[in-house]
Amino acid sequence: MSDDVTKGRGDSSVAVEETAADGDAAAADREVRTADGEPGSGGDLGPEPETDAGEDAARSQLSTAPVDDDDAAADRARTAGGGSFGGARAPGPVGGALWLARELTGWARWFWRQLTSMRVALILLFLLSLAAVPGSLIPQTPVDAVKVDVFKRQHDTVAPLYEKLQLFDVYTSVWFSAIYILLFVSLAGCIVPRSWQFVGQLRARPPRAPRRLDRMPAYTTWHTDAAPDHVRDAARTLLGGKRFRVHAEGDAVAAEKGYLREAGNLLFHIALIVLLLAFAAGQLWKSEGGKLIIQGDGFSNTLTQYDDFKSGSLFSSDDLDSFGFRLEDFTATYAKDGPDATTPRDYRADITYWEGADGEEKKSAIEMNHPLEVGGSKVYLLAHGFAPVVTVKDGKGDVAYRGPVAFLPQDTNLTSSGVVKVTDYRDAKGRRDQLGFQGFFVPTFGGANSGTMFSQSPELNFPVLFLTAYRGDLGLDSGLAQNVYQLDTDNMKQFKADDGRALAQKILPGETMELPDGAGSLKFEGVKQWANFQVSHQVGNGWALGGALAAVAGLAGSLFIQRRRVWVRAVAGPDGRTVVEMAGLGRSESARLPEELSDLATSMQAEAPAVAGPADGTPSDGTPSDGTPSEDAEEAAEGAGK
Amino acid sequence: MTILAAAQNENLAEISNYLIYSAMAVYVLAFSAHIAEWVFGSRSKVARTAAALTATGADSDPDPAADTAAAPAPAVTVRKGGTTSVLERPGAARPKVVVRSAAGRRGDLPDGPGAAGGDEQGDLYGRVAVSLTVLAFLLHAGSVLTRSLSVGRAPWGNMYEFSTAFSMVAVGAYLAFLLARKDIRWIGLPLITTVLLDLGLAVTVLYTESTQLVPALDSYWLWIHVSLAIVCGALFYLGFVATALYLFRDRYETKLLAGETPSRAATSVLERLPSASSLDKFAYRVNAAVFPFWTFTIVAGAIWAGDAWGRYWGWDPKEVWSFITWVAYACYLHARATAGWKGRKAAYLALVAFACFLFNYYGVNIFVTGKHSYAGV
Ligand code: HEM
Repeated sequence: MSDDVTKGRGDSSVAVEETAADGDAAAADREVRTADGEPGSGGDLGPEPETDAGEDAARSQLSTAPVDDDDAAADRARTAGGGSFGGARAPGPVGGALWLARELTGWARWFWRQLTSMRVALILLFLLSLAAVPGSLIPQTPVDAVKVDVFKRQHDTVAPLYEKLQLFDVYTSVWFSAIYILLFVSLAGCIVPRSWQFVGQLRARPPRAPRRLDRMPAYTTWHTDAAPDHVRDAARTLLGGKRFRVHAEGDAVAAEKGYLREAGNLLFHIALIVLLLAFAAGQLWKSEGGKLIIQGDGFSNTLTQYDDFKSGSLFSSDDLDSFGFRLEDFTATYAKDGPDATTPRDYRADITYWEGADGEEKKSAIEMNHPLEVGGSKVYLLAHGFAPVVTVKDGKGDVAYRGPVAFLPQDTNLTSSGVVKVTDYRDAKGRRDQLGFQGFFVPTFGGANSGTMFSQSPELNFPVLFLTAYRGDLGLDSGLAQNVYQLDTDNMKQFKADDGRALAQKILPGETMELPDGAGSLKFEGVKQWANFQVSHQVGNGWALGGALAAVAGLAGSLFIQRRRVWVRAVAGPDGRTVVEMAGLGRSESARLPEELSDLATSMQAEAPAVAGPADGTPSDGTPSDGTPSEDAEEAAEGAGK
Repeated sequence: MTILAAAQNENLAEISNYLIYSAMAVYVLAFSAHIAEWVFGSRSKVARTAAALTATGADSDPDPAADTAAAPAPAVTVRKGGTTSVLERPGAARPKVVVRSAAGRRGDLPDGPGAAGGDEQGDLYGRVAVSLTVLAFLLHAGSVLTRSLSVGRAPWGNMYEFSTAFSMVAVGAYLAFLLARKDIRWIGLPLITTVLLDLGLAVTVLYTESTQLVPALDSYWLWIHVSLAIVCGALFYLGFVATALYLFRDRYETKLLAGETPSRAATSVLERLPSASSLDKFAYRVNAAVFPFWTFTIVAGAIWAGDAWGRYWGWDPKEVWSFITWVAYACYLHARATAGWKGRKAAYLALVAFACFLFNYYGVNIFVTGKHSYAGV
């Protein structure tokens, strides 16, 4: 019998991937997917079909991974007649319509099966990572629109092409969206059947022991004087105590453990869907606005108050939370000494805020990494700078403008540039005109002899304002939006100094710049600080975070937990002694399975002590040191089987 | 007071620099010892694996690597150049477990004996190399620690610090594996080589004075996010080396099984490595174990970005490449569960995934500007 089996196996096909080298499990894999969903290449008919079936069952469904049956589907398509799903076409219009319907549903099912196969999921994943690449190398409009403009100007040949291919908006482009939408459809199409299958597995019993336990990846056997019943009871207790799901049937006990792996895997994939939906909702309903506020000034959260504003396509202005705040003070701390002197350590904006139109005022502070949260909105501190306070008098000596003017930083030491625009101005003769001042502000002037207007430090140690002046049309009346930080001098004339050169003057706080011919003056009164804030309203953050954490938890379960099966068989041997066999089956990567089986066997031997078995004459085990273990094990199993 | 503290800090920074140079010197010694180990190992019996393949029934040498891994852990003794082996637990009379390969395209070949190839002198050099590595690691860790003290923050605020921490963790993980009595000494030479390269780059090209962080980097998420990124990177690197070696060893085994004779040099080196299936399993386990941590690294980064920049995800180049790396590793894990993609193809994916990680670190920091511009180069 033993010989039969061995020879039968030996003759059968050896081209089986799982256990190619000894080839004895070839038939077992016939037309079967192994534990990992890998199709075994079929062998010929084994001598004992029923054994094989048992083994298939034992090996099957160790996960709910879909089996790739593209080949089978393709075969079916081919054999169905002329490469179609429609089959034979009955004559007449009805026959044609039926054929067409069969054809269409056939292709639809084929397409769906393809889409939800592991292989296509793999390809889509790969495409997704590939498609994400260009967006990191080419400037993106949603990330930095200015950079995109610069890029377009510098590359006027490729830019139109890039534009057509949506390469400036990769992550919202049609092709990128197509990939991830397909991927997520595939994912959903994969999760649903897998979840059902998993529920089914949870309700079913662990698969019963295959007839030939010794063909399982880990195997051990010994002889004992304990009665088979007793051994099986002990096995149930032991395995049950180790939280295996146990089922005894016939002469063997079947047990399975590690279902959390599958649960974790499903949780992970579902969490990915939650994450994607939350992200999508966030994109559709978000709003994000910037506002520069000078010390002492306030802001209330309405569309008109923003300097710039972006929102998702489903956002409506009613979604803005009603609140406001005032910038009381701004403090920047810098490293004092060492190699990193003057690098910033800390920014802090002290504010007073209120909820609703005129709610109770509360004090708070906004720092980097510590936004203010009001309702569903968060207020972030983005940048800061200085605003020289100036008083401009006109030709009549009347105050034409008074107040702080924000200058924008050009470097890390806060060398800042800016303009003062005076619209309500009369010259010495009383004619209406407009004035514009343009220039730089430095918080720490490098000293008279440095000859440059670069700041030496971001701190306010030696503030200097350096300005030139223009008169004429500021261009504000044209109705076009204008940058408040730039002067359009097209229709303006620069004031000239006595020597005929352009008037340009350096003034310190308290000093005044006189315009020639009594045209007026600008007094540098002092310096205030400003801070730039971003107010964002975000949707679905909680869901995104929850999804992400669930995904991590699911992954941990999926990758750290091993699903495995253990069988214990105890039968009376020909000599009256009990032969105990134990076998374990896990996923191929599982390293600990043999160790676990060894531990379990050791515990079992407390209940069923090993004695020398007459079948092989070796104490304690069925694997004497000569010959090949598997054959010996087979013999032992044979002995047990009879 | 502040001046005093500053002087002290600069002292510490200087000590840190001395320590890193000393560590490099000791790594060079360890490197030489490993070379000696490989050279002496090549004297020993050639074509062990091939012999094991052809010798049917005859026991191959008990695996010396398994011997060193003995004491509390069970030793797997390869009994035959086929698919079956026996798990033996030393000590108590335990039942013997017959282990049968269920993976791979072919039966398991026995693991190679390790770099020393069973040669006594080679083994001695190998042990010396490991001891030197331990010493170098201590110096290395000391350098990272003093650097951290000198700036009063986590020592990974710029590329220099990131690089030194990265190789420190890689060596630390390697030593931890050794301590856990895993058979991993074969990775010593490639690891030390790259650690030297990495440190060389760090002290020359990437070096930056110890400085404070810009306010945006000043968050406890920095600790979580960046330290995790470093740990993940270092472990992915071990997985990467194993994968690369797997590809070589796999080709070698395929040739043997096809009855061809690989070149002598290939035989001498490759036959001493663990078997392709052991390397593959090692790589898979490392990559799979790190993947959830890498996922969490990205999540932590997103949380931090949410605090610092007002959005948790904005397709900044660094974010994009973290995402690409993540998807690439997901691809690899999927591939291993997909028919027709196991083995070499999956291994190539793992290489691509690690290349993405590297690019995210060097490429993005140096060539691409984004919000993560803290490279300091
Ligand atoms: C959104 C993109 C997806 C990502 C990021 C992803 C990620 C992962 C990861 C990391 C694993 C590893 C877990 C393990 O090895 O046990 C995994 C496993 C798995 N994934 Fe996905 N997946 C995605 C989409 C899909 C799709 C569309 C399918 C359906 C075809 C799918 C089916 C599976 C299956 C069946 C497993 C378990 C394989 C096994 O048992 O080893 N996944 N996935």
